[in-house]
Amino acid sequence: MIGGTPGLAYDVAHLLGAVVLLHSFALIYQRRLFSLLNVFAAQALFLAAAAAWQGHIQGAGHLYLTALITAVLKGIVIPVALHRIVVRLSIHRTVDPAIGTGAALAMGIGLVGLSIALVLPLTDRATALTREDLALALSVVLLGLLMMISRRNAVSQVVGFMSIENGLVLAAVGVQGMPFVVEMSIAFSVLVAFIIFGIFIFHIRERFDSLDVPYVETFRGEGR
Amino acid sequence: MLLVASAFVVLAVAMLVQAAPLPRDVRNASTGCGTALGCGLLLAAAVAHAAGLLDPDPHARLPLGPGGFGASLLLDPVAAVGLAVVGLGGAAASIHAIGYERAQGAGHAAGPVPTMPLLPPFVAAMALVPLAADVLTLLFAFEAMSVVSWILVIANGRSQDGGRAGPIYLITAAFGTLCLVLSFALLGGAEGAWRFTTMRETDVGPVRTAFAVGLAILGAGSKAGLFPLHVWLLLAHPAAPSPISALMSGVMTKMALLVLVRILFDLAGQPSWWWGTVLMVIGLASGLMGVLHALMQDDLKRLLACSTVENVGLIAIGLGVALQFQAAGLPAVAVVALAGALLHMINHAVFKTLLFLAAGSVLSATGERGIDRMGGLLRTMPVTGAAALVGSLSIAGLPPFNGFASEWMTFQAVLSAGRLPQWELKMLLAAAAAGLALIAALSAVCFVRAFGIAFLGRHRERGAATAHDADGTMRLGVALPAAVCVLFGLLPMLPLVLVHPAVLELLPGAGVGDAAAMTLWLLPPGGVQGYAPWAIASIGAALGIATWLALRPTGGGGARRVPAWGCGHPPVGPVSQYGGSSFAQPIRRVFGTVAFAARESVDMPAPGDTRPARHAVRMIDPAWEAVVRPLAAAVGWLADRANGLRSLTIRAHLAIGFGLLVGLLVLTAVVR
Repeated sequence: MIGGTPGLAYDVAHLLGAVVLLHSFALIYQRRLFSLLNVFAAQALFLAAAAAWQGHIQGAGHLYLTALITAVLKGIVIPVALHRIVVRLSIHRTVDPAIGTGAALAMGIGLVGLSIALVLPLTDRATALTREDLALALSVVLLGLLMMISRRNAVSQVVGFMSIENGLVLAAVGVQGMPFVVEMSIAFSVLVAFIIFGIFIFHIRERFDSLDVPYVETFRGEGR
Repeated sequence: MLLVASAFVVLAVAMLVQAAPLPRDVRNASTGCGTALGCGLLLAAAVAHAAGLLDPDPHARLPLGPGGFGASLLLDPVAAVGLAVVGLGGAAASIHAIGYERAQGAGHAAGPVPTMPLLPPFVAAMALVPLAADVLTLLFAFEAMSVVSWILVIANGRSQDGGRAGPIYLITAAFGTLCLVLSFALLGGAEGAWRFTTMRETDVGPVRTAFAVGLAILGAGSKAGLFPLHVWLLLAHPAAPSPISALMSGVMTKMALLVLVRILFDLAGQPSWWWGTVLMVIGLASGLMGVLHALMQDDLKRLLACSTVENVGLIAIGLGVALQFQAAGLPAVAVVALAGALLHMINHAVFKTLLFLAAGSVLSATGERGIDRMGGLLRTMPVTGAAALVGSLSIAGLPPFNGFASEWMTFQAVLSAGRLPQWELKMLLAAAAAGLALIAALSAVCFVRAFGIAFLGRHRERGAATAHDADGTMRLGVALPAAVCVLFGLLPMLPLVLVHPAVLELLPGAGVGDAAAMTLWLLPPGGVQGYAPWAIASIGAALGIATWLALRPTGGGGARRVPAWGCGHPPVGPVSQYGGSSFAQPIRRVFGTVAFAARESVDMPAPGDTRPARHAVRMIDPAWEAVVRPLAAAVGWLADRANGLRSLTIRAHLAIGFGLLVGLLVLTAVVR
């Protein structure tokens, strides 16, 4: 029943993975910081649902724990914390994209096509569910990277970085028999990254009164 | 394999002795003796393998190695040739090193850093190179050999070239290994074969093989010192302590050439005609440039290093000719060429080790490296002088010494050019024969000059006058290879016993299966003259005795000491003797103006002026001008461009990484 044969298990897993990917696209076209954070929280919650569903169909109890960690940390704690940072530091609440929304979305579609073209031939010995899942996860990772380079605002770069981690978790839960340690380490690395970025943002804010990366670049004497 | 294993154990013990709380001399003596014993065991393993004794299963799998697979070693005929080279060169050098280190501790020779602890690992790494039966072991041993010798070069950094030699040596070694890595990766094919057994059966198509062969010639050639990547050798070999110089020149270059043999003859499959042509042309260039360089050198150790470039070139010519004949389907001639090349590897290992060790003895006795400051050393250092004479005669390729046999076989192969199908190659080989003859003649001139200026005549400096012959171990260190030179010269069959199975294995389809045919190599097909060293030796001896008997009645009884004849001038002292630069001048005027753009300038003061007249020679090494300098300029230019990357924005950095990742992913998706 696991994976190989199309059925309810496969359909639901596929649907949840696709919704996570859809949220990645949604992240790319958000123009306001708060809605960006909301979309990120929603993506994390759907990721948690995907992990829980994988735990159900694989009969692997530890995936429920992964789902719980993802939902609590990335779905609630981190977005709320970032929300408060934005409010407290009175950061500009609009996002200044470096690449136009339309172009970024078109590039994103190209990246999804690339990851499908890459993963499907490589994994023809794996089950259908694993293959689809890996393709979706790679797309989420690439879209996260795209988001990091298409925004000038440091907060949205943090969000892009964490959506990369979401893609990695999606890949990890989709593969049967992945040891629990790996997921823990991924979750913790996100936490660590959050702390580091938090401090980073704090210092930039203190120094420059803005979180737009171009100010930092001007300070380095590089300009644009 | 048992002998090989015990040799490695002995070498390990010899290195560990250095950690024991013993007096320095005792420690060094035990390390030296241990290393010599290890070398002897390696030589014994090679001989036993060639004679077909023991070893029903020559494979060995070490428990440690990459990826949990374990490194694999194989004592095959090619490895036996390599072990013989390491054994012969290593034994002499380690015995010599005992006395050299003692003299260094006490006397005025250069080098504050002890070389003894690194001697056994250097020998072990060199022995591992031919034994390796998979790519990873081979590359590990190759790198270990480079790194250990690099440490020894920079440790002796007090000498003037040491500082510059270190970085250049390291860069060239890394470049060579990089080329070899790429070459092996291409030969491994899509399956990534990394054991030689599987690599042999992998056919990767002509284009990849062509690239692999080119990279192999570049990589192994740079390590072996082939033109134009020989510049590091001229700096690094003389900078090391003399026993290490001997090992680097005599043995390490051979290991690189054996890697080249392994790839070109063994792993890459059926050769194409151009492999051999490229190798032969490079070999000719190395030979000519090497010997011309050597002729104009004043520093004895640099002179020997230049002559190594020349001899490596000779071996490369032999290998190239063998490849050409093998590609043309004439294995009978290819056998002669390849046997000549392998034989010259063994011979050159013996006499180059001998000459470097003799140079080391002279250096530690007089503190001098320039031959124009020596002179008359044969009287004060008779044993070293006699051994150096034997080495010079051998390296000059005079019968009945061992250098002649191998050069003669190479000649025989080159002179069979008429059997090749292509006209172009016939012409090229005819030119190569002329070049070979020129190299042989010039190398004889070079060593007449080196020996004559350093050991004959009158001493030019006080150091040369008060020098004493080296101590027992150093004398033994030069006497052993001298004896081997004479032995291999009179009985070329002895080293050929080692070479024979290797040639048969490397050239499939060679029609010399039976042992009796081995004698045919000295009487090759085609009705050309054979070589009988005994006859030449006895004719020479008979002529010598006859001359002595004829002159004895007229000569005075015993030697008389009289003042040197000053050509009618009042006595002006030993400085007025014919010097090394004077000897080299005719050759420099004929060849140097073309090869090195040599320009002489004479600054003659007007009559009545009291300042001294000056004669200066300016020479430019084309390898520096044409290869090293543009390369360094290109690296500098690239570094300047890359400097711009530092000041990019954070987003641009991320974008570069992202673009690279996507590009590689697209490549993966498309190529599959």
